[in-house]
Amino acid sequence: MAAAPRTLLDKIWERHAVVEREDGRTLLYVDRHLIHDGSRRAFEVLGERGLPVSRPDRTFGTPDHYVPTTSRDIASIDDADRRQMVEAIGRNAAAHGITVFGLDDPRQGIIHVVGPEQGISQPGMVLVCGDSHTSTNGALGALAFGIGASEVSHVLATQTLWQSKPKAMRIAVEGQLVAGVTAKDVILAIIAKIGAGGAVGHAVEYVGSAIRGLSMEGRLTVCNMSIEAGARAGMIAPDDATIAYLEGRPYAPEGAQWEQAVAHWRSLPSDPGARFDREVALDAAEIVPMMTWGTSPEDAAAITGRVPDPAAIADPERRAVMVKALDYMGLTPGMALDGIKVDRVFIGSCTNSRIEDLRLAASIAKGRKVAPTVQAMVVPGSGLVKRQAEEEGLDRIFTEAGFEWRHAGCSMCVGMNGDLVAPGARSASTSNRNFVGRQGPGARTHLVSPAMAAAAAVTGAFTDVRPLLQG
Amino acid sequence: MEPFTRLDAVAAPMPVPNVDTDQIIPARFLRKSRKDGYGQYLFRDLRFDADGKEKSDFVLNEAPYRGARILVADKNFGCGSSREHAVYALWDYGFRAVIAPSFGDIFFGNSFKNGFLPIVLPVEATAQLRGAIQAKPGARIIVDLAAQQVIGPDGTRHRFEIDAYRKECLLKGLDELDFTLAKRAEIAEFERRLAATTPWL
Ligand code: SF4
Repeated sequence: MAAAPRTLLDKIWERHAVVEREDGRTLLYVDRHLIHDGSRRAFEVLGERGLPVSRPDRTFGTPDHYVPTTSRDIASIDDADRRQMVEAIGRNAAAHGITVFGLDDPRQGIIHVVGPEQGISQPGMVLVCGDSHTSTNGALGALAFGIGASEVSHVLATQTLWQSKPKAMRIAVEGQLVAGVTAKDVILAIIAKIGAGGAVGHAVEYVGSAIRGLSMEGRLTVCNMSIEAGARAGMIAPDDATIAYLEGRPYAPEGAQWEQAVAHWRSLPSDPGARFDREVALDAAEIVPMMTWGTSPEDAAAITGRVPDPAAIADPERRAVMVKALDYMGLTPGMALDGIKVDRVFIGSCTNSRIEDLRLAASIAKGRKVAPTVQAMVVPGSGLVKRQAEEEGLDRIFTEAGFEWRHAGCSMCVGMNGDLVAPGARSASTSNRNFVGRQGPGARTHLVSPAMAAAAAVTGAFTDVRPLLQG
Repeated sequence: MEPFTRLDAVAAPMPVPNVDTDQIIPARFLRKSRKDGYGQYLFRDLRFDADGKEKSDFVLNEAPYRGARILVADKNFGCGSSREHAVYALWDYGFRAVIAPSFGDIFFGNSFKNGFLPIVLPVEATAQLRGAIQAKPGARIIVDLAAQQVIGPDGTRHRFEIDAYRKECLLKGLDELDFTLAKRAEIAEFERRLAATTPWL
C-alpha cells in the first residue's frame, strides 16, 4: 500500500520528532535557533540553573529591537536599560560561543531579515526564535514559529521544544495580481477575510499561482504576517525560486552537500491529495491596494473603500469594539479611506524592509517630494540591504524626496528604541501591527504596502498608489 | 513554580476580542527588571491616563473587581507579540487564570510555563460567565484544575480540556525543562541520526 499523502508540515514534523508522548506532545528537534536583544531573560534563566548552551553552532543572533537607527555606536544609546539590552546579546554570544552580528557588523539587522539573507534559514528546517514574526522564515519552506522566553531557555539548554502538532490550513491565492498590488496587500486581504484569530492553532501553507509568482521577498512578507491571522506558522513549499535564492548565501550548504540538500528540498512540497484541516481561497485579480482603518490587522479594507459604520453591526460587543477603535483612530464612519491625512510615514520592519520593498517605494518617491506636513523615514531591514540600496542609488532618491534614511533595526515598528509616533499622530506604516499604542502611546497606525506608504508620503494622504506608478 | 490546584476568586469581565499582548503590557516596559514587579504595567495604557491617573472606566479600576484573580475574556486573548512579560504582568498583578473561547498560541504556551492557567471554554459558556459577573460585580468563580471544571457564581459547572502533562506540571508546580534534560540520551541519538542523513544542517 502506498503511504498516505503528506503535507509539507507533516514531512518536516515527522523528521524532527525526537520523542512522542502519549498525550500527543512531541519533543521537536530545532535546527536553527535565532536570538535577538530581547532574548536576555532566557540567558539569565540558563545562568540561574547553571546550564550551558547545548548547541551554540545552531544558534544565531543580532540585536534589532533596541538598536538606534541614527548611529551604529552602542555608546550613543542614552537610555541605560536599552543600552544594556543591546550589550547583553553581545556578552551572551561571547560567553556561549554563539554567532551574533553586532551593531558594528554590516550583517546586523532585523533577525527575520538576516536569517534568510544569510542562508541561515533553509527549507525543511524547524526554526524558532523568541519573537512572534519568526513565521517569516517559513517562506523558505521551513517550519518556523515564535516562542516565549521560557521556551527560548528550553531550546538553549536542550535544542528541543515540546509542541503539539498544529492543524494544517491551506490558503490558495490563484491568478494574477494587478500592477501596484503587492504581497502586503495579499496578506492583508487574507487577514481581513479570515480574521485576526482565523488561523489560531494552525500552520498555514500558502499555495496558488499568485503565491508562486511572488519573489522570495514577497513570500517573506506573506509568511511574516501569518501570526496576525493567529497562525502558529506560515510556510511556502520550496521551488526553483527558493533554491535560486539560497544558492551562494553565506550559511547555505556548498558543493556535494548543496546537491544533497537540494534533492531533499525537492522532496518537501505537499503530496498531491494531502489532507488539510481547513482550506481558504482568494482570487488574486480581486485584490486591490489595502490599508487598515482600525486597531486590529483584521480591520483592513481596500483603499477604494470607506470607514465602516458600527451602526450596521448587529452584535453589541463587536459594535462597541468598533466604536472604540474608530474613536482611538479619530475616524468617522462612512469616511472615504482615500484622502485621510497622514503625519508620519514609516517604511521598514521585518514585513517590508527588504531590497524589493525599498525599490518599490523608491519608484514612487522618485522625482517627487514628501508633503510638507509629513515626516517620513526609511529603515532598511539589514546593513546589507542598506548597502545594496545605496549601491543602487535608492538612498539618494529617498533623501532627495525628503525621506530620512536610517540604519537597520526594528525602529518604529514597535518603538522600543525610541523611534516613536507622537500621541494622536497618524502613521502610514509598512509594519505588521496596528494595535493601540504599538508605535507609541496614542499613535494611530495604518498598515500599508511600501508602495502605498510612499504614495501617502508624497501626497500627504492615503491614496490609491496605482495612478502614481511610474515607468 | 507555584502549583495550581483550586482557585476560588473574584473574576473580572473583559468582553473584548483580540486583546493583544501590547495591550497587556506595552513594549516600553519590556526592558524593566522583573524585580520591581510587572503588576504595575498590566494594561498600563488602559488603566492609566498619560499623567498616570487611573481611568475610572477601566474594569480593574472598579472597586468590586480590584481583587480579581480570574479574567473572563473573549476570543483570541493574548494574540500578537510573543512577549512572556504579558504573563508576568498578569501574574504579578494577582491573576492566576484567564477564561476565553480562544487564545493566541504563544501566549497560551507561555502561560503554563509560569503556573498560570489559560482555560478554553466555548463562546456561549464564556459569554454566560461574563454576564454573571457583570450582573453581580465582585462575584466569585471557582476553578478546579484536578476536576477540570469552572464553577460559575450561580453554581453552573463547565468542563474544560487540558492536556494531561500540562495539567500534571501545573498541579505539582513542575518545570518541563527537568523532564527534557532527562531525555538527553535520546536527543544525542537523534542528533547522530540527523548528522548522518542531513549533514548540511
Ligand atoms: S520589525 Fe517589528 S515585528 Fe519585526 S521583529 Fe522587529 S519589532 Fe518585531
